[in-house]
Parts: sequence; structure tokens; C-alpha cells
Amino acid sequence: AENEQPWGTPCTQLLVFVATPGCDGFPSLDSKEGYKLSVSEGSLLLSADAVWGALRGLETFSQLVGRDENGTYYINKTEIVDFPRFPHRGLLLDTSRHYLPLRAILETLDVMAYNKFNVFHWHIVDDPSFPYESLTFPELSKQGAFNAMTHVYTASDVQTVIEYARLRGIRVIAEFDTPGHTLSWGPGAPGLLTPCYLGKDPSGTYGPINPILNSTYQFVTSLFQEVSSVFPDFFLHLGGDEVDFTCWKSNPKIRAFMKEMGFGEDYKKLESFYIQRLLDIISSLGKGYIVWQEVFDNGVKVRPDTIIHVWKNSAPYMQEMANVTKAGYRALLSAPWYLNHISYGQDWMAAYQVEPLKFEGVPEQKDRVIGGEACMWGEYVDATNLAPRLW
Amino acid sequence: SRRAMGRAMGLAGVLVGLFLVPAVLVSTSLRHGAPRAESAPEPAERELATGAIPEDSLWPLPQWLRTSRRQLQLAPARFQLVHGAGSSAGPACGLLQDAFRRYYEYMFGQSRRRRGRRPLGARAEPELSQLQVVIESRDPGCHSYPHLASNEAYHLTVTEPVAVLKANEVWGALRGLETFSQLVHEDDYGSFLVNESEIDDFPRFAHRGILLDTSRHYLPLKSILTNLDAMAFNKFNVLHWHIVDDQSFPYQSIYFPELSDKGAYSYNHIYTPTDVRLVIEYARLRGIRVIPEFDTPGHTQSWGKGQKGLLTPCYSGEQPTGSFGPVNPILNTTYNFMTKFFKEISSVFPDAYIHLGGDEVNFDCWKSNPEVKEFMKKQGFGIDYAKLESYYIQKILNIVSSYDKGYMVWQEVFDNKAQLKPETVVQVWMENNYAHELSSVTGAGFTAILAAPWYLDYISYGQDWKKYYSVEPLNFPGSEKQKKLLIGGEACLWGEFVDATNLTPRLWPRASAVGERLWSSWNVTNLQDAYKRLTNHRCRML
Repeated sequence: AENEQPWGTPCTQLLVFVATPGCDGFPSLDSKEGYKLSVSEGSLLLSADAVWGALRGLETFSQLVGRDENGTYYINKTEIVDFPRFPHRGLLLDTSRHYLPLRAILETLDVMAYNKFNVFHWHIVDDPSFPYESLTFPELSKQGAFNAMTHVYTASDVQTVIEYARLRGIRVIAEFDTPGHTLSWGPGAPGLLTPCYLGKDPSGTYGPINPILNSTYQFVTSLFQEVSSVFPDFFLHLGGDEVDFTCWKSNPKIRAFMKEMGFGEDYKKLESFYIQRLLDIISSLGKGYIVWQEVFDNGVKVRPDTIIHVWKNSAPYMQEMANVTKAGYRALLSAPWYLNHISYGQDWMAAYQVEPLKFEGVPEQKDRVIGGEACMWGEYVDATNLAPRLW
Repeated sequence: SRRAMGRAMGLAGVLVGLFLVPAVLVSTSLRHGAPRAESAPEPAERELATGAIPEDSLWPLPQWLRTSRRQLQLAPARFQLVHGAGSSAGPACGLLQDAFRRYYEYMFGQSRRRRGRRPLGARAEPELSQLQVVIESRDPGCHSYPHLASNEAYHLTVTEPVAVLKANEVWGALRGLETFSQLVHEDDYGSFLVNESEIDDFPRFAHRGILLDTSRHYLPLKSILTNLDAMAFNKFNVLHWHIVDDQSFPYQSIYFPELSDKGAYSYNHIYTPTDVRLVIEYARLRGIRVIPEFDTPGHTQSWGKGQKGLLTPCYSGEQPTGSFGPVNPILNTTYNFMTKFFKEISSVFPDAYIHLGGDEVNFDCWKSNPEVKEFMKKQGFGIDYAKLESYYIQKILNIVSSYDKGYMVWQEVFDNKAQLKPETVVQVWMENNYAHELSSVTGAGFTAILAAPWYLDYISYGQDWKKYYSVEPLNFPGSEKQKKLLIGGEACLWGEFVDATNLTPRLWPRASAVGERLWSSWNVTNLQDAYKRLTNHRCRML
């Protein structure tokens, strides 16, 4: 009868062979994710250089297993040699515009593993809220979270995310975006943000981090000392995007500083002044950094191993990719992948058709494109709609 | 309706008297459906609940509302929703009994403090011990189905020691219970409070619907029921169930079981007669009509799987291609089938109306079929296939009429000049120049409902609820009489890209904007005020 397929030798084991030990380590940009999968009669073999490749191979293997109409599980004879084209394949979640409960983050990590993503870019704090519970500065979340009891990530939560990710071969890169996007830092760190002025008097509102005070740099050093030890990845994302100069311009002390430093009216120089010092602090802590493209666009002096994150969709972003890589820096692409910008119909196709290397440049430049990230900004996203919007 | 207002004003007169005697009103904010005129900040008073101004979370906004700053406390252990003296409904009214329990749960359900003693130093406000519901009409409607002319007006008076909700029919009581539950709020310490208030409310439009499409993607029963709950929170009163279409036929027919056997996505993707009855009853208990749509002659690919010979075979030259088009309008067997099919539908679905579709009929297949071409000649239709479409629709309309049902149709049926009964409801859905279409439809004397600007499946980034909110349905050229023929509208969530994984967040709270537009007064248009109330309402719905 048709239903009785002569199945081959029943397969009882998938043998997983890993060449280099590394079970207890963390994945990194250089991790080897290649694997070979060999399925034939009586033999199922998955081999990889590193455990990270084994994880990728297990996912593929699970996708090959089928079930026929009688319920029998089967797998076809297969040979696969696989490795990623780009080593940095990330997803950004924004837990400041809307708090995301731990469960939502862990669920996202699971689906990332199904899709072989390997970087979780955690845009953890921003203007609207500061949910990160800091050991050194507990007031930051006490005053800055939407609700300090319920809408925070405790140290234990953060460790849970990092380990859950590690077990799936996913790096966790935390972003503490400064000097802009920091309004929620203000209540818990008085004196950190720039007081804006209306004429001669403070208006009562605040702007970006105050770049002219020593206390600022002491604070930043202490905070990033903690962040560097909490998050094991070599890279931190330092933000540096969308700094609004209006408040700085209104503040007389800042204007005086600008004069003193000979910056003229070019506030980009002040921004660079801050970023420079921040980058030096981070370097001295032994970490590498990723920054949004403004840092590069505004001519800040960055270390050669800086990664520039290209996000602006208004300008031709491929030109930006060319410029960044031409200047010798590594680049990440996000501009065409702002998944929070939903639209009707099968918009996945537009994302799929992006070719990250479609720009004019020599092979060395193209090599500097290390990958990209899909971004799910949180203005209109919370646990009620994250999953169907993202996947 | 004028009648409800008249009675309400008389009642208000009596109550104003009662109010003035104890002289308890500290200040009032009076609204006739208009945004708050007085914006002066009120001095903080000890008894004012932190942050809560009662109107800040009402949705949709009632027609007439007066609140005071005086508050009453509710004790979950003692508070009761009961039938009031003189009500024509009593404990035998299952619909109200069910509603009482449901609204009690909504108000106090999260609280674990149902069995507690009042601690020392607790709030000093008087206790509100009951909400009495009084149905005034001789026949309350407990055991009947809601219909287009149902009376949804209610009058709510919240004052100590007992609040009173008066309505002509149970449908108004359901609306009033929802409003009352929106007035009850918790203070920082967990005490339940409600401001003394008086509300007189009724819907601006009688037909306020949501369209769900269970053919493009099957929606499990739970999804549909959750959605009916959400509709009740927003005072929607029609579920337009677009149950079958090209892609699948999930409706399990008693006379024609092959339709779903062959036409559903799988046996797991059907609605059994029990499922259908459950939806109808669940809806009824919330004052929601269920209007099924069996769309023909187009949108019927899935019907052909279980009913051979129903659809028109398409031709390429002299040969059938093997594919099929719309329902075949030239065969007697078609009308025999439809007669029997709609007999079943008429008895399964109790609403007075059935939606018969009639949209987007592609004529290509008909044009290719030699027998159809022959028929066109015989009938003298020339090459005007709209006439053939009308010929078909006419016969279906007559079949359905013979079962004493009214019908709703998409606008093409009107546009293509089929002969419609005067009570036909025409649904205007084409976005292009819909105001003009509304003029034409109502100008020809037909009742209309508006869906065109409210296709919620067309998602876009950001706060698109604002554009749905800003639609003014009566913005079309026409006489007073014509405007009266626009009886309401529907927010449509077509299912091409929607299933149980994303239905709820895609539909709500965007559909809430449509809900208020259809219930509240025409001048409730302030987006800032709406934003404030909608954010509170959304959190409450979660």
C-alpha cells in the first residue's frame, strides 16, 4: 500500500562533534559558527569547530526533521556545509519606551535562535524610562523607572538574560546611549544633565548630559565600570545619536566653555569633546565600542577598531556604508531594517531584498561590513504586540 | 432618541432637587458631550482621589455627564448589583444576572480584599452599597435578541446610599453597566471609589459594528469571544461575521456538510453548529447582534470544493480550463441550492438581517463561458455583465426575503442597479470618494452604513487611531432626511494578514476610535482629550 514507506535504517542518534572546547565561554564577534551536517543511512553526524556552530547545526537539523501523514518522523539523506555570511547578526529591543517583562525578552531570544541571530542589542535605557537597576547608582532606576518595583531589571534579571542568550550562542550588547536620550537619568543623578535656560534663568527643563563638568566624567566612569563588569561581551554600545544642541546653546556656562575651548559656534565640537572622553574611559576599562553613525559623521576621533552603526534611512545609507568603510572602520547596517515602521502587507520582502554590500568599494572595505541589526524601537511596542510585530 | 432625552430630563429635574437638599455638590463639571470648557486647575482637596478625574477614563464619552468631586466608597465584600424596585426585569432575567456577575468581576476581580474589615483611619466617605438596575419598558428584552431598533439609552445616577441605573430595555442597562464600571476607580491605597455623578446616555448611531474575516485565516472560538468582550467595553453592538470567502469555508452546514468538509482548511478549522450558537449567545449577553455574511456570487472559490457545479467553469476558447469563477447565475440548480442554503442560514442566525455580499465580481470567467454568453443573448443583456450580476443578486434577494430576513449588501449591488427592497442596507466600502457614494445611496432612499475610512487591516506606523477618530460620517452632501439614513458604520479587520497571533493588538485600541465616533456626540472631536481617555481605557481593557 502507498502508506507503507520502506523507511531506511531507523536513526537513533545524532552525534555532535566539536573540535575546540569552549562550552563555558561567551560567544564573541570572532566565534566560529560554521558546521557540517551529514545524514545518511545509519549515521547522523553534526560536526563543528566550536560549540556555537553546533548550536546552529542543531537548529538546522531540527528543521530537516519531517513528519508524514501517519505521524512517522523522518529525515532525508542530506549533506550540509554551512557558515554565516556575516558574523554580526543582531536584533535591537528597546526596553525604555515600553518596559518589556523578562519573559518577553527570553521568548525573543528563543525565536532569535530559530533564526540564527547571534547578537541581542539591548537598548536598555533612554529618555522615557531607566529600568536598569544599578548597583552603584540605585537612584537611577528608583527615580527613573516607570515603576521602581515592577518595571525594572534587577541584577539577577540581567544575568538571566545573559546566560539564556549564551546558551543559544547569542551575545548581549548593552547600549547606554549618551549624551542625548538621557532624560530618565536626570531624576536619579542630579547635576548630570544640562539645565536649559530661558534667557538668564534656568527653565526647569533639562537637556543632554552636561559635558563641561568633571562630576559628569566621574559619574560616567563609575557607571561604566559597573556596566563593563556586568556585561561580559567585549563590546558596549555607547549610542551618541540625535544630540539636540538647543539646551546646550541656552546654557551660559556652556557657552562660556565653548569660548574657552575655542569651539566657536560649532556644538558638534562639544559633542565630540564629550564622546572622546567617554570613549577613552571605555577603552581604559578594556572594552570595545559601537556607536551610532553621528559619532563618525561629526568627525569624532575614534579608535580604529570602533564599529559604526548606520541607521539613518533619510540619507542614502549605502553611501554612508561606503564612507564608513572607506575611512577604515567596521560597519553595521540597520537603516533599511527598522521593523517598528510597520506597513500593510508583506513588507518582509523589502527587508529581504536589501543587499548590505551594494556600494562602491574595494574588497577590503566590503570586508569591514560585519553585519547588521533589525531594530524594534518601542514607541508603539510592548508585550501585547512585540512578538507578532517582530516575527 | 428624543423620547429617552425627554424622560431623562424629567428624571434629572427630580434628582437635581435631591442633590440640592443635602447641598453636597462642591463643584460640578457639566458636559453636553463637549470637551471640558473650564480648564482651571481645581484646588487639591483631601478627598479627591490622586490624579483621577472621573471623566478621564470614560470611553466612549457619554452624551451628557455631570460629576461632582464628592466621592463614595465601595466595599467589594458588600457592594451589590441588583434589580431595582419597579424594574420589569428580575432574577429570572439571565442576561442581567450574567452581566451583574461579569461587571462585579471587572470592577473588583483583581482585588483580593473582598473579605476585609475597614481599618481604623480609613477614608471617611459614605459607602455606596448598591447599584440598582431598573428596566422601565414592560418587556425588558431579557430573552430576546438585540436588533437595529433596540433601545440602548440609559440614565445613571450615582449618589449615596444607592446608585440607580435606569434603562428602557436590558440593552441600555448593559451599556450603563459598562459606563458605571468605568467610573469606579481605586485610590493609591486600594480603596474603591466612585464620584457622585449623573449620566444620561444613548448612542448617536444605531449600527456600530466590527467585521471579522474567518476565511482568509481561521479564528479560533476563543479569539472571537475575546473580541466580543472588547467590543462590549467599547459599546459596539454588531459583529459582522464575514465567515466564508475564496480561501476557506469554515462554516459547518447542516444541509450541505460537504461545504466545510471539502472547503475548510482542515477539520480543525471549522465552526460547528455548537460553536456558532455559542458565539451568538455570547454576543447576545453583551447586547451584540451577529450578522453573518455569505458573500456571493464572487468570493466563492471555497464553495466549489464541496458543491460541484455551483461555480462557473471558465473557458479558454472552446475548452474548460479547469478553473472556476463566480457562482453560475444561469443554472436552476444554483437557485435550488441557494434556496435550501439560505433557509438554513435564516434559521441558524436569529438576527433580522443577513449580509449577502455582492462585491468585487470578476466578469472574466462569465465572459469566457459559452453557455453564459448564450444566456446573456437570450436575456437581452447585450455585453453588460453587470446586468447578469444584478439578475443573480435579485434572485438571491428574493430568496432571502421569502425567509423574512432583511439584507445588507456591499455597495456594488447598489452601484450596478440591482432592484433592492427599500429596507436594504448598503455598506459603503470603497475609499475613493465615499462621501459621494453616501449621497447617492441615501439619495436613492436606502439605508447606509459606512466602512470605507475604517479598514483597520491597513496598518501603518504610529498613532493611526487619530485618523479613524477624525472621520465625520455625516460629512456628505445631503438633506436631513438623507443623513438619517446613515445608520452607522463598521471597523473592518480583513484577515489576509491577521490570525489569532495578532488579531487583538491589531484591532484594539484602534477600533475604539471608531467606537467613540459612532456612539458619542458629533462634537466630541478633541484629540488631546481623546488621547487621555483612550490611554486610560486601553490599560483598563488589558
